[in-house]
Amino acid sequence: MYSWDFYTVFQSWDLFLYGLWLTFVYSVGSIVLGVIFGLIVCFARLSKVTLFSAAARVYLELFRCMPLLVLVLWFYYALPMLTGMSIENTTAALLALSLYVSAFYAEIFRGGIKAVDSGQHEAGAAIAMSHVQIMWRIILPQAAKKMLPAFINQSVIQVKNTSLASVISVAELSYMGAVVNGDTYRPLESYTLVAVLYFLLLFPLTQVADRVEKKLRLSD
Amino acid sequence: MNDAPPIFSVRNLSKSFGPVQVFSDINLDVTQGEVIGVIGPSGCGKSTLIRCLNMMEIPNGGQIFFRGRPTTANFRGRNGSIGAGELRRKVGMVFQQFNLFPHKTVIENVIEGPVVVLKEPRQEAMERATELLRSVGLADKRNAFPNHLSGGQKQRVAIARALAMRPEVMLFDEVTSALDPELVGEVLNVMRKLAEGGMTMVIVTHEMAFAADVADRVIFLDEGTIAAEGSADAVIHKPTQERLKRFLARFHA
Repeated sequence: MYSWDFYTVFQSWDLFLYGLWLTFVYSVGSIVLGVIFGLIVCFARLSKVTLFSAAARVYLELFRCMPLLVLVLWFYYALPMLTGMSIENTTAALLALSLYVSAFYAEIFRGGIKAVDSGQHEAGAAIAMSHVQIMWRIILPQAAKKMLPAFINQSVIQVKNTSLASVISVAELSYMGAVVNGDTYRPLESYTLVAVLYFLLLFPLTQVADRVEKKLRLSD
Repeated sequence: MNDAPPIFSVRNLSKSFGPVQVFSDINLDVTQGEVIGVIGPSGCGKSTLIRCLNMMEIPNGGQIFFRGRPTTANFRGRNGSIGAGELRRKVGMVFQQFNLFPHKTVIENVIEGPVVVLKEPRQEAMERATELLRSVGLADKRNAFPNHLSGGQKQRVAIARALAMRPEVMLFDEVTSALDPELVGEVLNVMRKLAEGGMTMVIVTHEMAFAADVADRVIFLDEGTIAAEGSADAVIHKPTQERLKRFLARFHA
């Protein structure tokens, strides 16, 4: 009979807390950067200029069709060899995570924009709004509502994907789990605690997302 | 006043979608205060024609002058021409499908143009929008969302939204075609009041009785040309052309 011993792993609470903090930082950082890159790629993809839309397509396929793990390793080990510049593991991780998710965000944004009725653009144009005004004031607010569930879903996946940064020794939560396991030889307790902490981080987020979605439905 | 150029002068206008020629060589003047009804069978290009008047569609040939100035499809005009942006500030349009902004309340729909495009102070725009909503009979719906309104109410909001821009002319593109029959009257009443108030209007419609009643001049568009043109009485009540007679027979007008 296995005797549980959480006490030993709890003694490393500071490591778990720091790991949790880094997981949070990498999640928020890569989601924010991912949204910015994603919007740029999305608009390039929708552009009538062939050069932009073709470049966006290459970008999308490149980052969607490669495993994140490979990207993380590539940015850390291969990119410095190509550029001759050394790159911190933290930078490589953030870059790989952000670019990866931006490709998925871009497609989610594009889907949301396409789902807005074309009459909306016409109605904005008819009162002399410019393309930019129509996009920001009329199309995007409606698209945001349509794309919210897919966006939340992708973001939840993204929070969990930050664990892959552990392969280049970024000390986020799952890395700390491995560290504590190495110290204590308590894999069951270490990794159970890590799993519970991920859940505690994400569960409130999904609940908030549900509430926001309900609020947005007020105008329906 | 007679020397002032017409609001719209359409000269040799043509439009095609790919290989399909919608209309060609259209000539038309719309003068201040005039109400023009545009009738014709489905697919004859009446909607495309009035959509060219505010550059929703870009003509392939010919020219449209607004108060004597040539128009261009570019948002900003140059060398004396009037761009789509400026044109659309002066030309209001109402659509068949209403196209209200569903994420904005009724009053927010109405003030959007004045505040965002005309840069009017929000408070001023609100007061005027309230007044406009009262004039279309919807003052009590100002804070409702469009999806909670009936089709007739939506269309009246859409008219108020267009009027909020203080347009010099209004374009109506089959604005009652998507409505339940019992809701058509309330929209036509608002339009009739506008016409009586002296608004210049171009109305594409299938409501023959309404066109006959309100329009100063009726244009019958068929097979890509203006097949008949004249007073409402002459075109709708005393048609001479065979094609026009056959078209009107379907409405028992």
